[in-house]
Amino acid sequence: MTAAVLTWGLGLAQLMLICAMGLAAWRIIHGPRAQDRVLGMDTLFLNGMLLVVVFGIRTNSQLYFEAALVIGMLGFAATVALAKFLMRGEVIE
Amino acid sequence: MRRILPYPVLSLGLFVASILLSASVAPPSLVLAVLLALLAPIIMLALGVDRVRLKAPKAMARLAIDVAGDIVRSNWAVSQIILGRRRHERTSGFIHIPLDLRDRYGLAVLAIIVTSTPGTLWVEYESATGRLLLHVLDLVDEETWVRLIKDRYERRLMEIFE
Amino acid sequence: MTEAQIPAWAAFVVVGLAVAGSALSLLGAVGLTRLKTFYERVHAPTLGATLGMALVLAASVVWFTVVEGRFMPREILIGLFLTVTTPVTLILLARAALFRDRTEKAKDMPDKG
Repeated sequence: MTAAVLTWGLGLAQLMLICAMGLAAWRIIHGPRAQDRVLGMDTLFLNGMLLVVVFGIRTNSQLYFEAALVIGMLGFAATVALAKFLMRGEVIE
Repeated sequence: MRRILPYPVLSLGLFVASILLSASVAPPSLVLAVLLALLAPIIMLALGVDRVRLKAPKAMARLAIDVAGDIVRSNWAVSQIILGRRRHERTSGFIHIPLDLRDRYGLAVLAIIVTSTPGTLWVEYESATGRLLLHVLDLVDEETWVRLIKDRYERRLMEIFE
Repeated sequence: MTEAQIPAWAAFVVVGLAVAGSALSLLGAVGLTRLKTFYERVHAPTLGATLGMALVLAASVVWFTVVEGRFMPREILIGLFLTVTTPVTLILLARAALFRDRTEKAKDMPDKG
């Protein structure tokens, strides 16, 4: 019973996060402007990170904590660099 | 005290973060955490960063509780908007808010509060004039938003930081 | 799935938190596709980046605390990190969009500070 609740419940959570990643990817593809694509990428990173966290619960492994942390940091750095690029056309002024 | 721990808040934060990262309170991780907490402030001293001065711990606690409540409430409000369950016509738009808060750490906390309550977004702040540009998703009445930001958050942040 | 034995109440709490957080995050992504203008869309992902993220991380904290038998609040670090970085990314992005719209003389843009 408990195992079934965990399997199905966490599976549902993962499914929803994957759907969210799909929607973010749709925004990246359709734009219409560059800032929309960057926003979509930020959302994609966020949901990917949450997906890894849920995956860590499912597999009962603490190794995914570091992976989630790294994904979060990469998402932050990438979005900031792209936003900065949109603002001035240069990443480092 | 001043000599050993020039940035007590930073040292405490680093200590806790290090303990959390290593996920143990065994002696080696404790030593690492203490080393980090003692050495990192030296770099901050060399960079000449302003110290954070926190006052009014009661106000801090109350602000934290209120912000947590506001985050839940505005999450609910924005999800209703996304699901399209609104009766009246929704308009979104920019508003200008004149801020009296000048402390930069206070402003940083205000930016975090404004951004983490969905529905409001901090766009621009002009430090010379103290004017803040906000984008609000559900802009019913401009005056209400200005009063909300000023009375609910800014006044208490000034209490804490200034 | 996992061999770990945890009590039924903990399983329900973990699943409830994880599903609620993921649903909020999904709702944010739906808003990202449904809202009309860029400045409205910026608000949508904050759903997942605030409460959604907090709920999923809370699920993880509860799970590992119950499994390990001691308090394991490591995920708070991710939460803190996201809370501090989300404003930075969103403010930069909004300012970049505003800058681009102003240089193109788009309509309904607010005047400069």
